Amino acid sequence: MTNNLEEVPMTTTAERQAVLTAANTAPDKDWVIVTRGLCREYDMGGEIVRALRGVDLAIRRNEYVAIMGPSGSGKSTLMNTIGCLDTPNSGEYWLNGQKASEMKDDQLARVRNKEIGFVFQTFNLLPRATALANVELPLVYAGVPSAERHARAKEALERVQLDKRMGHRPNELSGGQRQRVAIARALVNRPSILLADEPTGNLDSTTSEEIMRVFEELANQGQTVIMVTHEPDIAAHARRVVVLRDGVIASDDRRENFTAKLGL
Amino acid sequence: MKFFEAVRLAFHTIRVQKLKSFFTALGVCIGVMFLITVVSIVEGMGKYMENELVGKLIAINSFELRHRPSINVGDVSRETWLEYNRRPRILESDVEPVVAALPTDALWAMYSNGSIQVESSFGKPRSAQVTAFDGQYLEIKKLGVTSGRSFSQVDISTGTSVVVIGPDLAKRLFPDLNAVDRQVKIGGRYYTVIGVGESLGSAFGMSFDNYVYAPFRSPVHRLLNPGAHQIDGMIVQVATAEALPDAQEAVRGVMRARHQLRPAQKDNFVLETSDTALEFWNKIKSYLVLAGIALPAIGLVVGAIVIMNIMLVAVAERTHEIGIRKALGAKRRDILLQFMIEASTLSTFGAAMGIALGALGAYAIRTLTPMPTYVAPWSIVVGVLIGAGVGIISGVYPASRASLLDPVTALRQE
Repeated sequence: MTNNLEEVPMTTTAERQAVLTAANTAPDKDWVIVTRGLCREYDMGGEIVRALRGVDLAIRRNEYVAIMGPSGSGKSTLMNTIGCLDTPNSGEYWLNGQKASEMKDDQLARVRNKEIGFVFQTFNLLPRATALANVELPLVYAGVPSAERHARAKEALERVQLDKRMGHRPNELSGGQRQRVAIARALVNRPSILLADEPTGNLDSTTSEEIMRVFEELANQGQTVIMVTHEPDIAAHARRVVVLRDGVIASDDRRENFTAKLGL
Repeated sequence: MKFFEAVRLAFHTIRVQKLKSFFTALGVCIGVMFLITVVSIVEGMGKYMENELVGKLIAINSFELRHRPSINVGDVSRETWLEYNRRPRILESDVEPVVAALPTDALWAMYSNGSIQVESSFGKPRSAQVTAFDGQYLEIKKLGVTSGRSFSQVDISTGTSVVVIGPDLAKRLFPDLNAVDRQVKIGGRYYTVIGVGESLGSAFGMSFDNYVYAPFRSPVHRLLNPGAHQIDGMIVQVATAEALPDAQEAVRGVMRARHQLRPAQKDNFVLETSDTALEFWNKIKSYLVLAGIALPAIGLVVGAIVIMNIMLVAVAERTHEIGIRKALGAKRRDILLQFMIEASTLSTFGAAMGIALGALGAYAIRTLTPMPTYVAPWSIVVGVLIGAGVGIISGVYPASRASLLDPVTALRQE
């Protein structure tokens, strides 16, 4: 742990409590994510699975947060809901002061395009498109003209040091390189949050470190980063760690306290 | 996403999935090809009928007065047929008052005709279309002779036993000989061939050149109309198309008076124009066009099912891709557009190929068989519209299924 996270700000428990208790009011713009009593249930062939049972979570701009928990704890559902890929059954979800829990499909698509940059465990790159074309994709749906798209995609690939390989297809790139293409794609639309779901799950430990360094650098540059993982040593890279258990938040603390508890 | 981007994306996918694209286009191509070819045959026959056949057999600006139609459009019921048989025949004595009612520059002729066996000493007997006429029949029909001479005024007025025969008949009765000045035997009497007439051509293997023309007052008339002074009809030709309705009305008036019809009674005679013949042909043509559309339609339906199937498979195998696109901000409309453009581009391309192949097929039929073909411009338009339509319609269902996919579920699919 050589990185210096001191410049990355972190919210205090009191500040979060104040935002979370003010139900049905739009939080200050500075709060990127506020969920109040978030619930999500699935009907799995007649059996009701309650994935989220009232999640209260507040994340301010420029935070670097890890969401941890064992499998089945609801962290994937929380991540999908925060990423506007899924909608809650009840509870409020405020994204950038907008009530995302009441948005329609097309509005959600717009929000995914403008506000959220996804990084997935399995990279989710289009196999038949080059690195550059993959990075351009969000800009295509944003309606950015082709010349500007090229320039911005190139710039994003430069940020992850992959500008030399932008003509390659995903199968011509290593796992770490693919994930860096995915990060460039997530950043290209300048989203308010970078949302990573097990970003190192398919990578070896050396490559994982490399990807973590990219995230830390982005966090240091002021990018809001939310990362879902089940590995404590990966979660330990974040400034703040939220632990989820059985669909509710079990703990939400500074990294130092989290690592101390685990003896890392 | 802009429309242009969707088109570019569709082209990219088509290029990447060559085999799938090929089969999709092939389905539409075959359907459109059949459409173009079959319609070209029907249209070609139509053009032939209108320009060659009807124009040749029925003179322009003319009409015929008959007691019943020579051409019947559609089915004739038993009652109608019986009514036709009860009608009074047209008589020789009707001619003079009718002619008196016509404009002075009108041409006219009266005739009786029928199919009669014609013999010669040189060839086998043959059945021929024999017409006995008085008046300017050959002038109206614009029928000249290629050898010998036509009828003189004396031949017509005195009814000499002379005939003009058609080229096919001349060839059969007098193989390798000049028919002029030789004798033919009709109904046991001899007639001298004074000329061989021009060819009227043939249609669908049926020759129009087995004809015999004779003066009305020659003995042959008795074979055609045994009843005294009965004729089969009159033909009248006026100078212009504008004069035709007036002339028809004049003749109608005279005939109604002669048949002593009350105002409430219907005509018991007919006035046939070339339109009647064309109407008959159009009726046949409408059935042919219907068949010409029904057959390729089956091909196009098969093509549509193939496209829909291929697109459904494409949606299924690209579920993950749709999930990625949706996660990155693709709206329902974007996904819909992507799949629709893909399907319609393929089917439009297929339709274009089908038009080219269909036109080629029409050309091949025209050059290799006696069947006349004509590629109608409307069939090309219809081909493109149907081709693209099939693509869009068969693309809608898979595309809407793709666009409705839940992004989380779609992303989970590998």
